[in-house]
Amino acid sequence: MAIVTRLSKACTVNPLKMSQTIGAALAFLGLDRCMPLLHGAQGCTAFGLVLFVRHFREAIPLQTTAMSEVTTIMGGMDNVEQAILNIYNRAHPAVIGICSTGLAETQGEDVEGFLRIIRARHPELAAVALVFVSTPDYEGAFQDGWSQAVTRMVEELAEPAGHRQPQRINILPGSHLTPGDIEELRETAEAFGFDAQVIPDLSGSLDGHVPEDFCPTTHGGASLSAIRGCGTATFTLAVGEQMRAPAEALKRKTGVPYHLFPRLTGLAAADDLIELLSERSGRPVPAKYRRQRSQLVDAMLDGHFAFAGKQVAIAAEPDLLAAVAPWFAEMGAKIAAAVTTTESPVLAALPTDEVLIGDLADLESRAGRCDLLVTHAHGRQMAARLGRPLLRMGLPLFDRLGGAHRTIIGYRGTRDLVFEAGNMLSAQTEEQHASRGDEHRKLQEAVSFSDAAGSGGQCL
Amino acid sequence: MSVLSTKVQGLLAEPGCGRNQAKSARERRAGCQNLLKPGAAAGGCAFDGAKIALQPITDVAHLVHGPIACEGNSWDNRHTGSSGPLLYRTGFTTDITALDVIQGGEKRLLRAIREIIESYDPPAVFVYQTCVTAMIGDDIEAVCQRASEQFARPVVPVNAPGFVGSKNLGNKLAGQALIDHVIGTREPAHTTPCDVVILGDYNVAGEFARVRPLLDALGIRVLASITGDGRYHDIACAHRARVSMVVCSKAMIHVARNMETRYGIPFFEGSFYGVSDMSDSLRQMSRLLVERGAPETLVARTEALIAREEARIGVRLEPYRAHLAGKRVLLVTGGVKSWSVVAALREIGMEIVATSVKKSTPEDKQRIQGIMGSDAPMIDDLPPRDMYRMLKEGRADILLSGGRSQFVALKAKVPWLDINQERHHAYAGYDGMVELVRQIHLTVNNPIWQQVRRCAPWDAAAPVRKAV
Ligand code: SF4
Repeated sequence: MAIVTRLSKACTVNPLKMSQTIGAALAFLGLDRCMPLLHGAQGCTAFGLVLFVRHFREAIPLQTTAMSEVTTIMGGMDNVEQAILNIYNRAHPAVIGICSTGLAETQGEDVEGFLRIIRARHPELAAVALVFVSTPDYEGAFQDGWSQAVTRMVEELAEPAGHRQPQRINILPGSHLTPGDIEELRETAEAFGFDAQVIPDLSGSLDGHVPEDFCPTTHGGASLSAIRGCGTATFTLAVGEQMRAPAEALKRKTGVPYHLFPRLTGLAAADDLIELLSERSGRPVPAKYRRQRSQLVDAMLDGHFAFAGKQVAIAAEPDLLAAVAPWFAEMGAKIAAAVTTTESPVLAALPTDEVLIGDLADLESRAGRCDLLVTHAHGRQMAARLGRPLLRMGLPLFDRLGGAHRTIIGYRGTRDLVFEAGNMLSAQTEEQHASRGDEHRKLQEAVSFSDAAGSGGQCL
Repeated sequence: MSVLSTKVQGLLAEPGCGRNQAKSARERRAGCQNLLKPGAAAGGCAFDGAKIALQPITDVAHLVHGPIACEGNSWDNRHTGSSGPLLYRTGFTTDITALDVIQGGEKRLLRAIREIIESYDPPAVFVYQTCVTAMIGDDIEAVCQRASEQFARPVVPVNAPGFVGSKNLGNKLAGQALIDHVIGTREPAHTTPCDVVILGDYNVAGEFARVRPLLDALGIRVLASITGDGRYHDIACAHRARVSMVVCSKAMIHVARNMETRYGIPFFEGSFYGVSDMSDSLRQMSRLLVERGAPETLVARTEALIAREEARIGVRLEPYRAHLAGKRVLLVTGGVKSWSVVAALREIGMEIVATSVKKSTPEDKQRIQGIMGSDAPMIDDLPPRDMYRMLKEGRADILLSGGRSQFVALKAKVPWLDINQERHHAYAGYDGMVELVRQIHLTVNNPIWQQVRRCAPWDAAAPVRKAV
């Protein structure tokens, strides 16, 4: 059990957090033929774009209403209208996902009202879904924006259905799941005969593929018709506490009940998933997963030596923290420092004394004696200063390849994580031994030197 | 806000800007701010531009006053180098909350400045204004002044909130902040007749290290670099230089002009990219220094150095000729001056199939035309879709551009090399040109290209195989 604290400092140093505006934009990037549109000045879009391009190493469709000082004061109706028309004419998207920035929210823009007027004025837009989400960047954090965007998608686009298809399920992944994680989850569900619709689906759009032709919008992801049809599912599988609100919204709208998994990393967590899928499908667990479970158990047996008693410092968004920190504890390591970005009900239950809502400087000041640092790529400066290994996790990951495919859920993902983290911890231990060996040698040299000097050195 | 508007207008009317000179009085009043098209705009905001221009000052704390979007989404994303202090790479922001939006963020800002000075003790703090805090009326100039007095430390307001305009305008507002608050506020310990100021070089990928030894060899001292690998104290002393050189004219020319009128320091525009431009820059610098009292032998020594370097580089470039002659380049850039690169690539025998001149001044365009002949294919604006088509149709062997179009090229399975600010390689100086050519060679002639363009087995006409 942890106490959740927030320091009363005025200056954030080396931010861990990113804005909820771009968290929402990323959710829209998981829809097929979509163009996310940030309502604000152009810089917010440029920064979000660079961030995602560097993380996913993909072209990222992302637009701006290009507000200026003057249009902000006059009101942004014209800009929103122009932006939607320009995007419609140039890119022919199926969905435009509009996310507000702090600037628009400070002015109290009524974007929903704008959209009603725009709809009335432009019948040609009838086939384009326009989804607005309010995401001021002076509130919440990245995962909150994602959660709210998915909630809005469901509210706007999902349709109640008169019937249920027993094989059909919905998957609502949190922002901390990579395209690799999503693919793993979908394949697992399919192995039990389910037809899974993932909303939003980054594994379709940002999994790193080479389209045949130029595409100005997203290419792949959850399609409009799939979202509309999610009312026919028998149940929804939501991953991460942040997905409770979207799952609730979907239930309200369509009556589809949901199961929420706070995490899918770790043996017990993966067991829970497999148990549920088996139970709901009425099918036995396929041999493949029995074998994978056995591999994970073996990896834990082989790997636990590397983790036992080790001190780990983690900084991550609440749901990623809640996936990884308990798992480290289950491997025998100790969570010596935990920092996160925003409030969440999962924090108090984490296996550590204190969870700090703070920044990377807070982690750095608490991580000096830790064996392993875990955070996104911005932890690299801290890792260099502390001389400690950094397990890169979360977004952004701009200085390593393959971030989109790194999988840490289920038996197989957890097994690989045991290896990855275990290897880093072992390397660290070896280094310490080596340097202790150095000290030992130096000590011996010093002794033998004093022997040679005839001053009667002591025997070791 | 009115002070800022006046400043913006003043900067937009900058007579030293080649673009503005070509415009009529009326166009000039409209400013060089291309009116942005909602839903079809690209590029960073003024705050972004200001940060790019000033963050290379390595020993100061850069504090962003605003919500998390401005700093949290963008920090630590450029590769400007430092030969010493690393504080500039630490991200500082007030990360304002909804409560600050209601009550105003000035108190938080003042506290943040105090926290930074107490924990990091930097020679100065630069405070950046952003959209939301500007909108709610936080007066950063007043807060900075109060903080300067209270903490006896320079606290410099950089008033370039994103929504006043483009990255370019932000560059200029950054320069203005240096003029208004930094340059001329301190005196150097000693001066020499060969002191220069370099303006507008950001030391991307630490590339100034390729230029500095040349200046050292000539006895030319860089009194201040504005701003690549810069130090606060040096920039505060910049007004004692004899000559200034402007490397990226659009960003810092008004600073040079201001130093000329205020302190009588003559300036010239030059470039460190490309062999002939590098030599020209050294020549001009020596000549101006001699005019300002440097020993006359400097000119002859410079010529000797140039002759030696050009001969040496010619030999180093030679082996690449065979690999690169006839290769076709599509050049899309605003950063490293197009004409410098164009000349360099032509020297090695490469063909420029087209160059985008969206951000080039009429003067730049003229120079490109001079180098490439009258039918130089200059394209004003090349939207991603058209660029993709060009590359997909095989009309170029490599795209040289900034990161923005990286995936346009890669998805078309065409080699790509970064030549803008995010790049990791140092292209300045004589050896930098060899590095650029070497990187082009490594990229164009990489064995992956043939493989990734292969048909998948299910797309190709299947050969009938027999088991043996
Ligand atoms: S446009 Fe304004 S709010 Fe957006 S990043 Fe730039 S300064 Fe910040």
